Amino acid sequence: MSAPFDEPGNATRQSVLVRPVPPSALAAAGRVFEHRAYQYRRAFRGSLVTSFVNPTLFLLAMGLGLGSYVNARSPDAFHGVTYLQFLAPGLLAGAAMQVAIFESTFPVMIGLVWRRLFHAMYATPIGPRAVAVGTLAWIAFRLTLVTTVFMFVSTLFGAVVSPLGLLGIPAAVLTGLAFAGGMGAFMATRRTPEAFNAIFRWVITPLFLFSGTFFPVDSLPAAIQPIAWLSPLWHGVELARGAMLGTVLDDPPRALVHVAVLVGLVGIGGSLFVRNVHRKLAA
Amino acid sequence: MSAATAVATGQPRRSVPRAWHLIERNLFVYRRTWTIIVSGFFEPLFYLVGIGFGLGRLVGDVTGPAGQPIPYAVFIAPALLATGAMNGAVAEATFNFFFKLNFNRTFQSILATPLSVRDVAVGEIAWALIRGGLYAIGFMMVIAVLGLVRSPWAVLAVPAALLLGFATGAVGMAATSFMRSPTDFDLINIIVLPMFLFSATFYPIETYPEAIRGIVAFTPLYQGVALIRGLTVGVIGPEMLIHVVYLLAMGFIGLWVTSRRLDRILLK
Amino acid sequence: MPTDAPSPPLIRARGLTKRFGSFTAVDAIDFDVAPGEAFGFLGPNGAGKTSTMRMIGCTSPASGGTLTVLDMDPATRGPEIRGHLGVVPQQDTLDEELTVRENLVIYGRYFGLSRAECGRRADELLEFAQLTERRDSRVEPLSGGMKRRLTIARALINEPDVMLLDEPTTGLDPQARHLLWDRLYRLKQRGVTLVLTTHYMDEAEQLCDRLVIMDKARIVAEGSPRQLIEQYSTREVAELRFPVGVQETLDGQLAGLADRIEHLPDRLLLYANDGEAVAVAVHDRGLRPETVLVRRSTLEDVFLRLTGRTLVE
Repeated sequence: MSAPFDEPGNATRQSVLVRPVPPSALAAAGRVFEHRAYQYRRAFRGSLVTSFVNPTLFLLAMGLGLGSYVNARSPDAFHGVTYLQFLAPGLLAGAAMQVAIFESTFPVMIGLVWRRLFHAMYATPIGPRAVAVGTLAWIAFRLTLVTTVFMFVSTLFGAVVSPLGLLGIPAAVLTGLAFAGGMGAFMATRRTPEAFNAIFRWVITPLFLFSGTFFPVDSLPAAIQPIAWLSPLWHGVELARGAMLGTVLDDPPRALVHVAVLVGLVGIGGSLFVRNVHRKLAA
Repeated sequence: MSAATAVATGQPRRSVPRAWHLIERNLFVYRRTWTIIVSGFFEPLFYLVGIGFGLGRLVGDVTGPAGQPIPYAVFIAPALLATGAMNGAVAEATFNFFFKLNFNRTFQSILATPLSVRDVAVGEIAWALIRGGLYAIGFMMVIAVLGLVRSPWAVLAVPAALLLGFATGAVGMAATSFMRSPTDFDLINIIVLPMFLFSATFYPIETYPEAIRGIVAFTPLYQGVALIRGLTVGVIGPEMLIHVVYLLAMGFIGLWVTSRRLDRILLK
Repeated sequence: MPTDAPSPPLIRARGLTKRFGSFTAVDAIDFDVAPGEAFGFLGPNGAGKTSTMRMIGCTSPASGGTLTVLDMDPATRGPEIRGHLGVVPQQDTLDEELTVRENLVIYGRYFGLSRAECGRRADELLEFAQLTERRDSRVEPLSGGMKRRLTIARALINEPDVMLLDEPTTGLDPQARHLLWDRLYRLKQRGVTLVLTTHYMDEAEQLCDRLVIMDKARIVAEGSPRQLIEQYSTREVAELRFPVGVQETLDGQLAGLADRIEHLPDRLLLYANDGEAVAVAVHDRGLRPETVLVRRSTLEDVFLRLTGRTLVE
């Protein structure tokens, strides 16, 4: 038997002398982040491949394949850019939304219900706030990875017209986070993930299709166009598109409104997430 | 008794009514989640409205099965029916099937009853087909009302969609029976996603160079899409028999492999 | 802290209460846990043991009364207190996606330990938990007993002052239980304070220096296992099992044979200091039970006496 247990009483004696200092609030969230990074290490390679393959396939099929028809038929629909250049930012923001939804669903179920990992964290000096904030920080990191790869692939396809395009990455990360907080907050109140399928089909899929991702919102019937304003994804798509096509600075107030809406959602969703995780853990 | 002997001794006829018990079980479980079933019907509709009409306005007419121009929504509606049938069957046959096989122990407990392995396989595939069939009927009615059906042959589109679901579901299930961990599903996605995007679903196969057309035409989804599109647009020809034989063969091979695998997994 | 004075309690509860809405899970209980002792909460499921443990573990706020843990108030200094506790929850909360060793390292990080220190301690604890061979295997395929030992090792990563163990061996097979008891006994020998809940009387007898018996949210008795047995039961018990239907017809025929008689659905318990003598006396009265078992009293008998019910139903 080795060190701390050599003699009776050694364990308690030592712990009086060598006290670990409880991590600060920021460090605590960092530890939660670190935990996720450990989990991710094994899945990293596969997930990187997926991050490359998915946008490549979509841009090939929709951007080039279908795009050849769109460009031939409606050459002026996209204000001088090709369909592929129009589509890429839409897909980027849409992918960020989907990644964020997944990352804020199953990990929350695992943390609170299935494996109760969040409960295990709460048995240490880590508090519910650090659990929630660390989880969101991890989602932000995942989003950064996915959107960076997406941006790289888009550049290869010639879909990034302006150096401002790099701003598409933070725009997409912000879009994802706008969904992650609220979704995490909702899943924290569930005992099963059953509602997930319903949310995906009733909310995520329609948002994905009708937020200016595949076609401009102004080709929707005029009556329902204003509804786009209610879609967080639309704000994200507009922002990412403005960045990648270099038009974001043409109308700075408009861009700021998009940013404000998304930041507001991140704030509201994030604080609801913190609140619900706290309620669940400290009952 | 193994499935092989069941076939040899002429038992399969009894297999169908027994498999019904398994369908009942699935119905019972799904009663609580009927909203998900209903939403599964709406999903292709969202795509139809978004891609078919929304994006379709910018696409205009494309080349139909006989080389005639048809509106984009008419072109894509049968493809959405086909991909819906395939995705539904594959999801049921891979993801759900895997969890039943490995985590739920549902099958182990079912096998403690007089049901045989073959009953299990038939019942599972039949269940996937029933769901798929309901979706297909609903979707066909909607596109008929929207005027996207151009021929009375379209009534055969529902069985054709079921055939596609059967073929892809059976092969998906066979593949799943070899899987060890949920991460293996990445493999299924690597096959399904490109098929979804490139099988002349969103644009005509003529878009591709000649060499690639041959590869695309070989995928089961292309076979299914071509068959269904021919029926809804009303371009009927002998090549449809090839599609049908292709899909039937694929389905029965999948079924055969699945029931052999189940024997080995469950009866060891 | 002067060493000659009696050490103050590590945990002190007075009138400690936990309510969930209108339901009272813990009803004004008092107890002290001294440094170095193994203290148990014995009681059936639903007695309020887990709620009490969660309050001690500073993950559930008390609804009333006072509680101090390590001289601190859980309401205001929860994170600091938790830094000195080692918690083994009722259900394992291991990360099954990580390896055995990674589970320990990651958990240590939550206490603010450096990665190097976590690694060093993890290797020692794997040795202690007899899991060294499995250090790089994933958690998911481990047996229930191994997972439990890993959870205990994990709870030791911060070298806690107090270990909180909620039903540590529930659901394990007898062999795995004994292995676990052996590890816990070693910890006790080394001076780690153990607080545990259990509904197994043998576990309480094996591990606890002192325990409280809980029933319906309240403490109904307190003492060492031996004191409790002496106080609430006789030295021995004769268990008589009669053919079906006979037990109900025996009324009166057993009168005076024992200090106390308990009627269980399947058998009679006759409490006396000399169980053999009772068995002989039963025979002398012409009664012919199918089986007769004479044994020493256990905490199960104490619980039966106090509540009229058995611990494990």
